[in-house]
Amino acid sequence: MLRLTGVRKTFFAGTANERRALRGIDLNLPEGGFVTIIGSNGAGKSTLLNVIAGSLSVDEGSVVIAGQDITRLPEHRRAARIARVFQDPQAGTSPHMSIEQNLAVALARGGRRGLGRGVTPNRRRQFQDELASLGLGLEDRMRHRVGLLSGGQRQALSLLMATFTRPQILLLDEHTAALDPQRAELVLELTRRAIAEHNLTALMVTHNMEHALRMGDRLLMMHEGEILHQLDADQKAAADVSTLLELFGQAKGLLADRTLLS
Amino acid sequence: MLSAIDQGLIYALLALGVFLTFRILNFADLTVDASFTTGAGTAATLISHGYSPWLGVVAGLAAGSLGGLVTALLHTKFKIDPLLASILTMLGLYSVNLRIMGRANTPLLNVETVFTPLRDHNLIGTWTSVAILAAIALAVKFAIDWFLSTNFGLAVMATGDNPAMASSLGVSTDVTKIVTLMLANGLVGLAGAVMAQYQGFADIGGGTGLILVGLASVILGNAVLGTRFMVLATLGVVVGSVLYRLVIYFALLWDFVKAQDMKLISAVLVVAALVLSQSKALRGAFSRLSPWRADKDAPEPMTVVPNRFSPLAETDAVSFSPDAADGLEDGTARETDRRTRGASSPPAAPVQRSAAAVTSSAGHLEGRAAEAAGTAAKPAGEPAPGAGQAVDDTEEAI
Repeated sequence: MLRLTGVRKTFFAGTANERRALRGIDLNLPEGGFVTIIGSNGAGKSTLLNVIAGSLSVDEGSVVIAGQDITRLPEHRRAARIARVFQDPQAGTSPHMSIEQNLAVALARGGRRGLGRGVTPNRRRQFQDELASLGLGLEDRMRHRVGLLSGGQRQALSLLMATFTRPQILLLDEHTAALDPQRAELVLELTRRAIAEHNLTALMVTHNMEHALRMGDRLLMMHEGEILHQLDADQKAAADVSTLLELFGQAKGLLADRTLLS
Repeated sequence: MLSAIDQGLIYALLALGVFLTFRILNFADLTVDASFTTGAGTAATLISHGYSPWLGVVAGLAAGSLGGLVTALLHTKFKIDPLLASILTMLGLYSVNLRIMGRANTPLLNVETVFTPLRDHNLIGTWTSVAILAAIALAVKFAIDWFLSTNFGLAVMATGDNPAMASSLGVSTDVTKIVTLMLANGLVGLAGAVMAQYQGFADIGGGTGLILVGLASVILGNAVLGTRFMVLATLGVVVGSVLYRLVIYFALLWDFVKAQDMKLISAVLVVAALVLSQSKALRGAFSRLSPWRADKDAPEPMTVVPNRFSPLAETDAVSFSPDAADGLEDGTARETDRRTRGASSPPAAPVQRSAAAVTSSAGHLEGRAAEAAGTAAKPAGEPAPGAGQAVDDTEEAI
């Protein structure tokens, strides 16, 4: 479903600030695959998602979805296939627009945006059903501006906006990091449901190792722009946080050696 | 006085254009000063060469929208900052306008204009002309309301409100910006074409300072009618434009004030509108007076997308609480609200900072550019980041 081949991305190339964010990433995800990605700051996790979403262009390599090479497509043209939820609850919604207007913008994902009415009675009913499925009571507040919602509510709405049109790929960029543990749990549960229901292929970046182990069927550990370790479903089931920390430690040692030797 | 209202209604078309760019698209578009003259000059030139005045109106609209197109392309294709892109267009259009007109002033005396039928019956500056122009301004207002309720219009609003989100949902923000800037400057050109025929001439300097007039109308109108409902926000823009002309009219009745003081009065009026729209007392008064203001919702925290007027744009997110127009709550709600926020609310520093940043970057350009940009940073009502937090607390958290 999603195949990355030799993806490289360097920021500020040729300057003193040069940073090689991705150093040849190869990744192959089957349809319905759900990968969690962990790694320290600057490991290239977010860059990886940005490259897949198209908000950053790659220097080298290719991004292929369902057999179609989308490496050169701009972000807005990839949106029909790729949806994302950002870390910042404010980033995924439009604060001055009402809940139903936000949903109407999301509903047109990948389609033509013409001069038909955005929020029709039919759509309003559809939105109401979708919102009711979140169980947050948002269905009674559809005309309220999104700026009025709490972070957790917004993130749940972002998730709904990302998934209810059934894109093929869902990118989650630390989407629970800004929430308190209780709301993070709730958003994770909604995430799990949405992914299962729509059979989405998903990538989830997180700093929470426990979440990374619990969610998904595969785990990637990134460091300095490379994928250092991959755990498949069985290895993941057997692993715990201390295993991951150990792997991290090894990674650091390994790289320190390499730096010394090079 | 009625002719002041006439003018206010014609300039309302311009103000609606300014509303689209500054408020909806969050784009500090200063093209207006020149595209107004482009519209006026195109119409006047065509009419003085014997073409139909209605053709002049349509051509004025088209010419204005081309001005908007240039700014939009400079910004979207060459990634030039909105403020700078529009100032460049404004500068260049000045010469283009002179080319179109062939001289600095094109009179429209003794030629047929769209106002000739009214003029022949001495109906200019009467309730008849006011009614006709009001109908036109309201028709445009409703057209904008409709536009903003369409799928495309919602995408435009999303582009202005949260461009990163819009893009991630498949909105081509380049297309929404180009279309909206063309539409807005088309309205400005239309205002120019109509105004030239109303006053009987087009002048190369006719558009100077009009961006401020447009902004003043938007600010005044939104302070009166609020921005919660789009239909009221756009109506407010029309009302604001008329109010603006009336204030100027009454100021000029005073013997001490001479016609050459117009620009000074305009500047003072804009400052007053900005200051008053931030004043809690005034907002409280409006909320008591206005029947539309009774509001069930809690006061809303506003998060503003990265401030596009700031040179630090892409990285510098600014958040602050309700802008002037959103002081919708009634007195008691405001009280509770203030208590919720507590005394710890930080001052509205982010806004000042972004405005200051713009001022410093644009300071060497024209004063009015800087001022317009400052305005565009939206007059913050109340202090900020803490406010959103407080509201979140009072919200039924999930």
